Amino acid sequence: MIQVEKLCKSFTLHNQGGAVIPVMQDAEFAVAPGECVGLIGASGAGKSTLMRMLYGNYLAASGHIRIGGVDVARAEPREILALRRDRLGYVSQFLRVVPRVSTLDVVAEPLLRTGCGAQSARARAQELLERLNIPRHLWTLSPTTFSGGEQQRVNIARGFAYAYPALLLDEPTASLDAGNREVVLALIEEAKARGAAIVGIFHDEAARHRVCDHEVDVTRFTPGLA
Amino acid sequence: MNVSAYNFAYLDEQTKRMIRRAILKGLAIPGYQVPFASREMPMPYGWGTGGVQVSAAVLVPEDTFKVIDQGADDTTNAVSIRRFFEKTAGVAVTEDTARASVIQTRHRIPEMPLRADQILVYQVPIPEPLRFLEPSEVETRKMHSLEEYGLMHVKLYEDISQHGAIATAYAYPVKVEGRYVMDPSPIPKFDNPKLTMDAIQLFGAGREQRIYALPPHTRVVSLDFEDFPFEASKADHACDLCGAGDSYLDELIVDDAGGRLFMCSDTDYCTTRRAAGHVGAQGVPVKEDVA
Amino acid sequence: MTPLLQVEAVSKFYGARIGCADVSFDLYPGEVMGIVGESGSGKSTLLNCLAGHLQPDAGAVRFDTRAEGLRDTITMSEPERRMLGRTDWAFVHQHARDGLRMNVSAGGNVGERLMAVGARHYGDIRNSATDWLGRVEIAADRIDDRPSAFSGGMQQRLQIARNLVTGPRLVFMDEPTGGLDVSVQARLLDLMRGLVREMGLSAIIVTHDLAVVRLLADRLMVMKDGHVVETGLTDQVLDDPQHGYTQLLVSSVLQV
Repeated sequence: MIQVEKLCKSFTLHNQGGAVIPVMQDAEFAVAPGECVGLIGASGAGKSTLMRMLYGNYLAASGHIRIGGVDVARAEPREILALRRDRLGYVSQFLRVVPRVSTLDVVAEPLLRTGCGAQSARARAQELLERLNIPRHLWTLSPTTFSGGEQQRVNIARGFAYAYPALLLDEPTASLDAGNREVVLALIEEAKARGAAIVGIFHDEAARHRVCDHEVDVTRFTPGLA
Repeated sequence: MNVSAYNFAYLDEQTKRMIRRAILKGLAIPGYQVPFASREMPMPYGWGTGGVQVSAAVLVPEDTFKVIDQGADDTTNAVSIRRFFEKTAGVAVTEDTARASVIQTRHRIPEMPLRADQILVYQVPIPEPLRFLEPSEVETRKMHSLEEYGLMHVKLYEDISQHGAIATAYAYPVKVEGRYVMDPSPIPKFDNPKLTMDAIQLFGAGREQRIYALPPHTRVVSLDFEDFPFEASKADHACDLCGAGDSYLDELIVDDAGGRLFMCSDTDYCTTRRAAGHVGAQGVPVKEDVA
Repeated sequence: MTPLLQVEAVSKFYGARIGCADVSFDLYPGEVMGIVGESGSGKSTLLNCLAGHLQPDAGAVRFDTRAEGLRDTITMSEPERRMLGRTDWAFVHQHARDGLRMNVSAGGNVGERLMAVGARHYGDIRNSATDWLGRVEIAADRIDDRPSAFSGGMQQRLQIARNLVTGPRLVFMDEPTGGLDVSVQARLLDLMRGLVREMGLSAIIVTHDLAVVRLLADRLMVMKDGHVVETGLTDQVLDDPQHGYTQLLVSSVLQV
């Protein structure tokens, strides 16, 4: 489902003397449907960079990222947009939403974008918010004012609302209490069971061991470190 | 005044030719505003300089000329224009609608149906019906040429939303032969249905330098909405002097107690009816009136 | 899939000075593209060339018309282009007063495009106007008020309603949130996002506000001195800018 080949990345800082900073070289790994791969490596090794490249958020310099029939490394913007709409989900560490939009709508949005009816989208959103213990009286409010943990759970609910065949999870259990952590891990297991290919970054070692089938040490791809 | 010092009907022949060309073009494209080189006339703008130039261009020595202002032959404006052509053209003048061959008018169409051998000349203050909503001349010209007339209905929409009905009572916009939207000059909308007639109608705007025309029998439709159809309204009354129930009426306050009198705005129509023996609610037989 | 708009090598010069040069891109149905750049970068010139307000000196702007498929809007006749302008296209100006008739009521402003395409039933027009005022969150009892009595944000929302009432497929927006308070901007952005999704609109938004494009645009085009220096997915261009100018632009935004 997800296949990374010879992936390279460097940053060119045009406004700082044109400094070129290579950050990734020849990254290679694959994730099969129903499989979860954990990215490991020291802070700064490039886990988040790799994750962002998988999502098309960072531009690959060379190589291939094949996800759901699209090579993210060289696809047109609209192909990536379509991929993100119905094949590739991403739970980032930070919630980024339009102010003023209700929590319920924030969570239902990925479903609405795939053409799902408003009613069933909201029903699914309610179900997830319920599971993730977001108090019902907050549902109609914008999550921008929520606590960090609440925002994180809203973000997770949004990421799991639609059953993406491929899913990227950046620290999904960070800043969660034991109960909510358990809910998130269950969600990941359910996604695997339905055949989703998942790439995740988990600092929470116990969580990683529980849900990940393989680990990929990103340090191997870090230029100068390998 | 040494009248012989002037050319027939005041304007020189070159100017008249120029105006006649504009008139012919106007007749060929009904409702289209033809620009023309309006001349300085010995009267101020707003006193009918456009109408006077059109009249001057169409008058021939055999014509009989009539001038009406708001339906009346005896207002200052009507009298001075009539005298102007009496002096400069030496044409016969009349107050009798049936006898006139050229009628210059401000704000009315005579009640009596006009004939094919008559010409009705309108004085027009602002010829552009789109002007109040679109200040740019370049844009209004483009709108005419591309038949973009949605804006005209915006004006009527505003009327209904503010007054509950189309409150535009005069200068009511019309569409000519399904093509040009035209301002019929500030005639009451009561007169709009009469715009389709046997006579030639010519419109002259002196300050704005535009001439437009309606050939005989031109189809002229007043704009409206399906659910707010056009109505040619008038005061719900009969003329108090001649009893006519089908004419456009002026309302006069006749005393300090708020007494009112409704009378035909078309003075010739009223006089003619009274001479024929018709008497209204407050009228007196015409013989005693003369005495 | 046919692009809704196909822009090919569009250039516009003001004498020797470059307005915009050699701009090409395809816009697909449902896509929202942002154009950013500083003042004088040519983004407004480009927008006006695309929307038919300016005649480009070179290039083609092909629009997927309902009747005949892709047509070059630069070479089509003016009546056709103006017809597009009041049916399939919409243009939201930065200053609401440029896009509204200030001496006409809110209802008349919304109804104008309907009447322009032949609506002649007052009741129907008024119902549509009321419906659209509701969709842009203007109370129905303000329908007979003139826009001059509205706040800046309301005027901008009214302008949007007036533009969308005929169900256009492509909306051009020139700094739609410029000059509005931040809180008012957020409300407007939210509203526009909802409308874009519900109506399946395509839009081209010119702005210098990177936050606006991040929230509204799928794709981004960065302009400098009349040239396109970078294009791509909005989040990719903003988070991993490739061109020196874009890097400067992104790093110049004050963080809150």
